[in-house]
Amino acid sequence: MTVTDSPTTTGGVLGQRLLRKEDPALLTGEAKFTADLAIPGALHLALVRSPHAHANITSIDTSAAAAMPGVVAVYTGADLMDAWGAPMPCAWPVTEDMKNPPHYPLATESAKYVGDGVAAVLATNDTAARDAVEAVDVTWEPLEAVVDLEDSLADRVVIHPDLGTNRSYTWDLKVEAEEGAVDRAFADAAFTVSERYVQQRLIPMAMEPRAVAAVPQPFGGDITLYSATQIPHILKVMSALTLGIPEHQVRVVAPAVGGGFGSKLNVYAEELLCMALARKHAVPVRWNETRSENAQATIQGRGQIQHIELAADADGKVVAMRVRLLADMGAYLQLVAPGIPLLGAFLYAGVYDLPQAYDFSCTAVFTTLTPTDAYRGAGRPEATYAIERAMDALAAEIGVDPLELRRRNYIQADAYPYTAFTGLVYDSANHPQGADIAADLADYAGVRQRQTSQNVNGATKRLGIGVSSYFEMCGLAPSRVLASLAYSAGGWEAATVRVLPTSKVQVVTGSTPHGQGHETAWSMIVAHKLGVSPDDVDVLHSDTAISPLGMDTYGSRSLPVGGVAVAMACDKVIDKAAQIAAHQLEADVADLDFAGGAFTVKGSPDRSMPLAAIAFEAFTAHNLPDGLEPNLEAQVSYDPPNFSWPFGTHMCVVEVDVETGDVEVLKYVAVDDCGVQVNPLIVEGQVHGGVIQGLAQALYEEAVYDSEGNLKTSTLAEYMVPAASDVPPVTMGHSVTPSPTNSLGVKGVGEAGTIGAAPAVINAIVDALSGLGVRDVPMPASPFTVWKVINEARAGGSSDATDAAGTEVGDHEGVTARTTVGGGGDESTANEENGSTS
Amino acid sequence: MEISVTVNGTAHSHDVEPRTLLVHYIREQVGLTGTNIGCDTSSCGACTIHLDGQSVKSCTVLAVQADGADITTIEGLATDGELHPMQQAFMENHGLQCGYCTPGMVMAAIGLLDENPSPTEQEVRIGLEGNLCRCTGYHNIVKAVLAAASA
Repeated sequence: MTVTDSPTTTGGVLGQRLLRKEDPALLTGEAKFTADLAIPGALHLALVRSPHAHANITSIDTSAAAAMPGVVAVYTGADLMDAWGAPMPCAWPVTEDMKNPPHYPLATESAKYVGDGVAAVLATNDTAARDAVEAVDVTWEPLEAVVDLEDSLADRVVIHPDLGTNRSYTWDLKVEAEEGAVDRAFADAAFTVSERYVQQRLIPMAMEPRAVAAVPQPFGGDITLYSATQIPHILKVMSALTLGIPEHQVRVVAPAVGGGFGSKLNVYAEELLCMALARKHAVPVRWNETRSENAQATIQGRGQIQHIELAADADGKVVAMRVRLLADMGAYLQLVAPGIPLLGAFLYAGVYDLPQAYDFSCTAVFTTLTPTDAYRGAGRPEATYAIERAMDALAAEIGVDPLELRRRNYIQADAYPYTAFTGLVYDSANHPQGADIAADLADYAGVRQRQTSQNVNGATKRLGIGVSSYFEMCGLAPSRVLASLAYSAGGWEAATVRVLPTSKVQVVTGSTPHGQGHETAWSMIVAHKLGVSPDDVDVLHSDTAISPLGMDTYGSRSLPVGGVAVAMACDKVIDKAAQIAAHQLEADVADLDFAGGAFTVKGSPDRSMPLAAIAFEAFTAHNLPDGLEPNLEAQVSYDPPNFSWPFGTHMCVVEVDVETGDVEVLKYVAVDDCGVQVNPLIVEGQVHGGVIQGLAQALYEEAVYDSEGNLKTSTLAEYMVPAASDVPPVTMGHSVTPSPTNSLGVKGVGEAGTIGAAPAVINAIVDALSGLGVRDVPMPASPFTVWKVINEARAGGSSDATDAAGTEVGDHEGVTARTTVGGGGDESTANEENGSTS
Repeated sequence: MEISVTVNGTAHSHDVEPRTLLVHYIREQVGLTGTNIGCDTSSCGACTIHLDGQSVKSCTVLAVQADGADITTIEGLATDGELHPMQQAFMENHGLQCGYCTPGMVMAAIGLLDENPSPTEQEVRIGLEGNLCRCTGYHNIVKAVLAAASA
């Protein structure tokens, strides 16, 4: 049989800018988020949270709260200990001796961060529950907070006394062609740089706060959990284990989910509390998170101190690298937190041809701060930031243009597939081409020329351009690779494709959308494979009763794993349909062609049978080949053979006012290559949003804590998620280098923008100020921080990040007035289609 | 306290607690959940509605203050199965991803064009600064509003 997919170039559906199926429901208020669900008789949960970062609970008096109107019950942590079959899960024990303190939904003896839950109130409505929270009287014995990573490492105050230390783990990765290769390379190097960077803590701030509703079926024992989650499938397994409920009695549904960015990739106390209390009271229990709770009690991201050293030969070729990380786990280990910094371990060499001379070590410590975990990019933005900033530092050391230094170090296009120093195989890329497109769109040469006239002595506004080249390393992940990293699950994804009797198609996917447009994209893949209209495809997801198998959505894995699974299920459907067609056309399967949704006997175009007719034949089952099951559906669980390796180069042009420290982004260019694009509209949207999140880390955002562990940025009035007026438009370019590891040639794209953006922005600012002796600017580069760095440099002092950012988590100026950036919008918007070289 | 309002052309009368915010009233008593809540500091704009023709954040208004008012929510925009031109522009320009900020963003965008029918890109960006979006980077939202303005 010869199968011809619908063409991808002209006329085919793949690659079209199809408008999203999801949009009408979301645009009209018809879509239901978890908090929108009408659940009659539900009790409302509210939590009493610790106001102290570290404190013993001396006593809890719930009597006044319990007597308040509408209050049904008040529970302390001790009251509920018998509800838990196991502590809350950490699924990534990265080392055998990793320290993991028991973590229960309510703390019993002591609170470990501001926001740690210590008591639960159930009431007939949300207002009554929250009013009663104020009446719960907790007597505290405050203990010393641990807010600084290096202080934590010193074990001056041990947060979890039973562990005896604040160190959770140390994980090493040393790759040397022969023993001593790294040390020798550094000793013999023509140039070396040694840099220290601080990845400030970030708050994911998905626009929809979390929300949970647990609905029990008291006489059957079943329970349905509705949750604003990215991971209904993982949550089903984990909640069953944690609560000791048989897994087949748990159904998890993720209704419309208002963004996640990793923050909804977890198993949270409130989910388990709603389930436990719904079972206990035999009525539904729901909880809606406030934004302030979201800032304190939903995971935060980043939180690392990075030391990176590069050794280079006389040509600037990087020949060895050392990386030392100190990573902030927060108060407890959340679901995949320990593995997050290690995802970056494989990316510190970036897109460069590093020989086997790599020495990486990461130590993770506890602090008395909100737990950290995956936030958009998860370890990879941190790694990319370090190498891309260090490449600029090396360029400055050598005295060569940063883009030229990158060109000397890029893995060349003809080296792909490329076996990296770690043994990982990078599937396909063309970095020089991406850099060329970006340099063209950003007018790199023109900016360099303008700098010579603009950045003169006494100039107030200095021009800078920053470059960042990146790999995304996504499509998590081959299960055997995950096994080697001690991850407690696989990396496969499931899909079912079902052709209904009337020839409409149902797709069941284990991917779990929360804004990415899976329904549209998966419909396009099916249309491409089966020759049907995307309008005739329905995509079912996010409900474990409908989609029982799945590994959910994170790590830019949906398309390269889940989408490929859909395509493979279509192939199996075609194979089965071919047997029915061959039987009815009285031909051999080998003699059939399948194209445009119909089977034709080779050489006899009049002997043809459309898929629609075959679907009906499968339904009636009147005339099927002997032994063939009467349905036209196929299921696939696909374990990818490799990560997917999207790549790109971003450039940022800024003007820095040296008198005010204000940074104006004149232009932002993103050239990304995610292989074959199923829907460019969606790809661009992912990059736009990703870039602005990365740019926000560079310029605006930081979870600022004081020395006592109080979060000073716990609302959207204080934590600076940028508004439209704070950010520039994004000038897009792209290239298409198909992935050879899957039949669609696709790669992921969800995290690319975030990975590429922060170093491009900071490199641009440092470039603008290099004439003043500035070597580094810490993130977020607020006007005050930039101003301070400039003045320190002018005073003749060092301007390293260490001085400006320090190691203090406390009172520095992370949040200041919004900076107006933008400008040049007319040309950028108009240019967005430019630069394509597909 | 007893209040009477018109929401999307339908009259409603309810007894409300004096402290009830308009957004909670709309969601919980009128039963229209398209208006979303994204913060507790009137920072995000997800709850933007039209109150007597003005776009306002419904978390900044007490329900009792809205007594007698004519309210339009996101559910009131589309008519006869046809999206409002602003909704259509958001769809055509991919101005939404997760959709949580979208109802408020669309209501604010309509309010913006009511006041300034032909804004520049920068005027759109400044005009929407009270509405936060975490998915789109605003690029396509701005495009959508400019497209709606020139339609």
